[in-house]
Amino acid sequence: MYDALAHRVRRAVLDALVERDGQTLFELTTRLVTDGVTTGSRQAITQHLDVLEQTGLLRIERVGRQRIHRVDLTGLRDICERWRLHPGPPDADQAGSR
Amino acid sequence: MRIGITSVFVDDQAEAERFYTGVLGFEIRQDLPLGTDRWLTVAPPGRPEIELLLEPAHHPAVKPYRDALAADGIPLLMLFSDDVRAEVDRLERAGVHFTQPPQAMGDVTTAVFDDTCGNLVVLVQQS
Repeated sequence: MYDALAHRVRRAVLDALVERDGQTLFELTTRLVTDGVTTGSRQAITQHLDVLEQTGLLRIERVGRQRIHRVDLTGLRDICERWRLHPGPPDADQAGSR
Repeated sequence: MRIGITSVFVDDQAEAERFYTGVLGFEIRQDLPLGTDRWLTVAPPGRPEIELLLEPAHHPAVKPYRDALAADGIPLLMLFSDDVRAEVDRLERAGVHFTQPPQAMGDVTTAVFDDTCGNLVVLVQQS
């Protein structure tokens, strides 16, 4: 889980899916490239998606002929519970970097 | 030299004719019997310079190629519009299914729809 979150591109993937859940690989890739997150190849992005999928932060479903990527942040609850964090409204002086 | 015809494979030529003319509003440019199929091209009104061939998808290489691209959501045709959002409204009223709503991506706005003939089509508005 911590390794999955350690990479800037993987965090950007989660950001993109929180913004709009249920994207295809094409849409995610286009978004990451146009946002300047990565110049990465499709293969590189696919590897990042595999890492996220293995941790359960990402689920890939088949909808019709397309593979759709959905975000699942329930696994992050373990992190919050470990340090007894109770997610509330973002606190200005605790705002971290992305 | 100039580009004259480019093609998309379609599951069914009659259905493709209905969608590309009746829904998108293109005109038939050429329609000739060709064995069991047709030589069928369409183009937007007032655009004589390029035609789109609606090509039968019988060849065995076509299915795996299209299936793999569809799985990753990769469009096989790119259409330009001066106003993507208005185009999306018009097409949605006509029952077209959009797999990606209009979105600004860098310098362009894009939306992706299903042509009901086995292809994803991306609409692009350049700013």
